[in-house]
Amino acid sequence: MDVEAAKMIGAGIAVLPLLGVGLGIGNIFSSLVNSIARNPSARDAVFGIGILGFALTEAIALFALVVALLMLFAL
Amino acid sequence: MHSPVEQFTIKVLFALNLFGYDVSFTNSSLFMVLTVLASVVFLALAIRPAALIPGRMQGLAEMLYEFVADMVRSNVGNEGRPYFPVIFTLFMFVLFSNLLGLIPYSYTTTSQIVVTFAMALTIFLGVTLIALVKHGFHFFSFFVPSGAPKALIPFLVIIEVISYFVRPVSLSVRLFANMLAGHTMLKVFAGLAVMIASAGGVAAAGSVLPLIAIIGLTGLEVLVAVLQAYVFTILTCMYLNDALHLH
Repeated sequence: MDVEAAKMIGAGIAVLPLLGVGLGIGNIFSSLVNSIARNPSARDAVFGIGILGFALTEAIALFALVVALLMLFAL
Repeated sequence: MHSPVEQFTIKVLFALNLFGYDVSFTNSSLFMVLTVLASVVFLALAIRPAALIPGRMQGLAEMLYEFVADMVRSNVGNEGRPYFPVIFTLFMFVLFSNLLGLIPYSYTTTSQIVVTFAMALTIFLGVTLIALVKHGFHFFSFFVPSGAPKALIPFLVIIEVISYFVRPVSLSVRLFANMLAGHTMLKVFAGLAVMIASAGGVAAAGSVLPLIAIIGLTGLEVLVAVLQAYVFTILTCMYLNDALHLH
């Protein structure tokens, strides 16, 4: 296989973790909506934690993106 | 047309060589200086006539101060009070450099891994030193989770040690990758708009669509800029809390 082609395929495979990240972010926000719907007065306390969880999960997607970009441009 | 990653190239403004090291003043250094100046000037102007009833500027400065003070209080507790100045400075620096980077034609210093990694490594070394000075040899009990079955402890210690040493990497890559990805995405959409517009004729009207997308994405990027400054600071608070209280 051509090296260029292998790089492109590798970059494509490297962003597969997005599947897990999508599930994770969906899970975080569904729990957030659930908990706010059950106890609206807890909104202020829960919202910050939810956003923190979102940012931490989103970071995984970005790690994958960095790996993909490194494969495409740096190697 | 320029490539979407062209915005991250470092341009040397004045070349400078000190003891064989290249310490040139670059556009990245210029924007670091501007970030510091902007935050200092903003805070100084906001509390210049410190009024009992705050105006808009003073209100904003007090909100930022209260926000970080509250974060330190709730995550580190009273022992975190001596570290408040450094955490507030860190928050203002990251926030201002993220926000300054959103201005067109400016440069985002936090999109360089070297800048974020230097900050994260300093935090990591500082926090580890604080823990070592405060707890001495007892600090190493941090790597042994309490209440775990005896047979599992060797594996858990390995995992804990790895997760401890990965902290500066994850802290810096999170901020850098968010900024890099966000700015690249904006430029990809901008490039799409230019490409469609250069088609000419009726098709050129379609370039309005990516422009609308850019407006929405810029709003999202402002959110991400503030959120990442918050995440960077709150994780620093959590690491400091681990150092001061172990578990």
